[in-house]
Amino acid sequence: MTIASEPSFLPAAQPSFASSHTSIRSWLLSTDHKRIGVLYFFATTLSLALGGVFALLLRIEHLTPGPTVMSAMTYNRLFTLHGVTMVWLFMIPSIPATFGNFLLPIQIGASEVAFPRLNLLSFWIYVLGAAFVLVAMWLGALDTGWTFYTPYSVHSPSAVVPTLIGIFIVGWSTILTGVNFIVTVHTMRARGLGWMRMPLFTWAIYGTSIIQVLATPVLGLSLLIVSLDHAFAWGLFDPARGGDPVLYQHLFWFYSHPAVYIMILPAMGVVSEVISTFSHKNPYSYKAIVYSTLGIAFVGFLTWGHHMFVAGMSVFDAGAFGALSMLVAIFSAVKVFTWVSTLRRGSIVLATPLWYVFGFLILFMFGGMTGVAVATMSLDVHWHDTYFVVAHFHFVMVGGTLTAWLAALHYWFPKVTGRMYSERWGLLGFALVFSGFFGTFVPQFLLGNAGMPRRYYEYPARFQLLHVASTLGSWVLAAGMLLTLAYLLHALCFGRRAGGNPWASRCFEWRTSSPPPEKNFTAQPELGLDAYDYTTAWPAPEERA
Amino acid sequence: MNGARHAAHFESLAQQDHATRLGMWVFLGSELLLFAGLFALYAAGRIAHPAAFHEGVAHAEKSIGSLNTAVLLTSSTTVALAVESLRRDRRALSIALLAVTIALGATFFGLKLTEYGAHFRAGIYPGGAGNFFTSHAAPGLPLFWTLYFVTTGLHAAHVCVGLGVLGLTAQAVARGKIGGERAYVLENAALYWHLVDLIWIFLWPLYYLA
Repeated sequence: MTIASEPSFLPAAQPSFASSHTSIRSWLLSTDHKRIGVLYFFATTLSLALGGVFALLLRIEHLTPGPTVMSAMTYNRLFTLHGVTMVWLFMIPSIPATFGNFLLPIQIGASEVAFPRLNLLSFWIYVLGAAFVLVAMWLGALDTGWTFYTPYSVHSPSAVVPTLIGIFIVGWSTILTGVNFIVTVHTMRARGLGWMRMPLFTWAIYGTSIIQVLATPVLGLSLLIVSLDHAFAWGLFDPARGGDPVLYQHLFWFYSHPAVYIMILPAMGVVSEVISTFSHKNPYSYKAIVYSTLGIAFVGFLTWGHHMFVAGMSVFDAGAFGALSMLVAIFSAVKVFTWVSTLRRGSIVLATPLWYVFGFLILFMFGGMTGVAVATMSLDVHWHDTYFVVAHFHFVMVGGTLTAWLAALHYWFPKVTGRMYSERWGLLGFALVFSGFFGTFVPQFLLGNAGMPRRYYEYPARFQLLHVASTLGSWVLAAGMLLTLAYLLHALCFGRRAGGNPWASRCFEWRTSSPPPEKNFTAQPELGLDAYDYTTAWPAPEERA
Repeated sequence: MNGARHAAHFESLAQQDHATRLGMWVFLGSELLLFAGLFALYAAGRIAHPAAFHEGVAHAEKSIGSLNTAVLLTSSTTVALAVESLRRDRRALSIALLAVTIALGATFFGLKLTEYGAHFRAGIYPGGAGNFFTSHAAPGLPLFWTLYFVTTGLHAAHVCVGLGVLGLTAQAVARGKIGGERAYVLENAALYWHLVDLIWIFLWPLYYLA
């Protein structure tokens, strides 16, 4: 089957959502979920660029064992800036708030999310919180690391309180988006679209939204108490005043571990869509993917203790948390095997989104397997707080979430813009990103295993070779990202017209024109044929009326 | 009634009704988790310092706290009756019941402030400050009182938000913007108020009785 031979029952091209009104005001105050998705895209991509620059500076500092380009204090501030920016300003909203916003209503045949004005409010709350966080951290020289561990965060002379208030504000945006998406999925599905026919990306966003709504308030509360401790010396988490710092860690990770699944579940949704589309085949098991999504969302709430194996935890508790953490690996493995089985005997078309998904599978496997390793208490005692852990979570978050984000960006680029990027440049960009990523983080596994602690400004000379290798890798990665930015911007302005359904996908979002019209569908959406049914012929035009 | 039209992106008023109420329920779930963290802190503190927590409860303002429980429970009843009255299109009765609810909520808040004043006069401040803690030196006592102020303070903030929401909704009912067919808007405000009530029902035994 070739792409060109795929018939479609797309309506004739409509005035797109982007061309109906063109004033700046019509974008900034739009309640159209598609425009809000695009706004989120620009805001989160800016955060990614900032966080990336911070990371590059950190890597440059590690070119030599001693001081290279910055002071130890600046180093501490930069890794705090990097962590906070990447976690809360990029990764949490990256896929759900951009692609989720743009696609979720279309994938369920709706014209809008349930609460469009709340959606716009969420975006501006995000912008307000992000501005607050960045200004506070920059001017206030925050140096606590992104985890704000007490008692240091209670006594640090830097701008702890304003930064925490900023993150608290961003949290509101996360919660409101989650509420909006949950209600949208429950109440806005097109007639006849049952739960078990929803596209898998929608399922992933649904699972993510549940985590967002239930975990984020706990973070908000913990940060609020740290703020009170810092501002008024109330001491709830300060051992000098009878408080319990380990309790802070419990509450913090009760949010921050599920937050990892806020980052990876949407990525898994993207992978499900891309694999099915580019192998022109239904998922090997739709149900396996749905249930493992919900399984991860649920078990994710019960694993937080594995961050605290060395913080004073009984062997029994550690064993329980370790075993529960490994359950996540089982659900993840179910997904990986389902994806790979979907590819088997499919009509595979190799394009940039699928390359990124292959990258995802390799990196996520690597990250996931090392995750099982660090969930084992006896091993974790050795690796805790070393570069091994840093490499592990970057493999999952960057190797997983970022590659899936790039896959989504290329896959839905024609959907959003109506134009096509160049596959040749796309493949080159992927090669750079993938090899740069590998080069950056494989040396960090070796460093951590050899005993290099994380967050240290200096290191023994024998580690220099691996540190230099990691820094060189980060440059290749950055080059790949810049190249991608360049050719996508070029494609946005000069790319050839993509047509309504350039990938010949059968998923629901491709059953309207690209870019979609303002109300998503001009007529009642045609969702009779399943989203992943590649065996039934399209109904002839006269049967569709 | 022109107030009964649904927003353009919904197909029917029933769908809008369903979506709005579900949205409130999901949001309330989120709110519960906010307080869950504080309950977890209380549990951990109580396990670590059982005697100090017991002593802390002994110094609580039992009568004001219990009176406030009665006030809040009554207000929850009146707001439920207000919703039911509006459903039956008895708007004047509904507004009157809402006014009673708001008055009771304000009473709760006033009593809460009086209570804080009494604590301050007794030398009890958050963070273990005040001369109460020089005569009562049990470790864990400052923790109890700090938790008390943080938890009841956060609850009182929710009371204020709830009062604002009820006030705005009552105004909309009075202007005829919310009639019997859109009683779910008032029901949502009432749900929020019930949450405030529900949380207090747990705070009362934890900080005043046990």
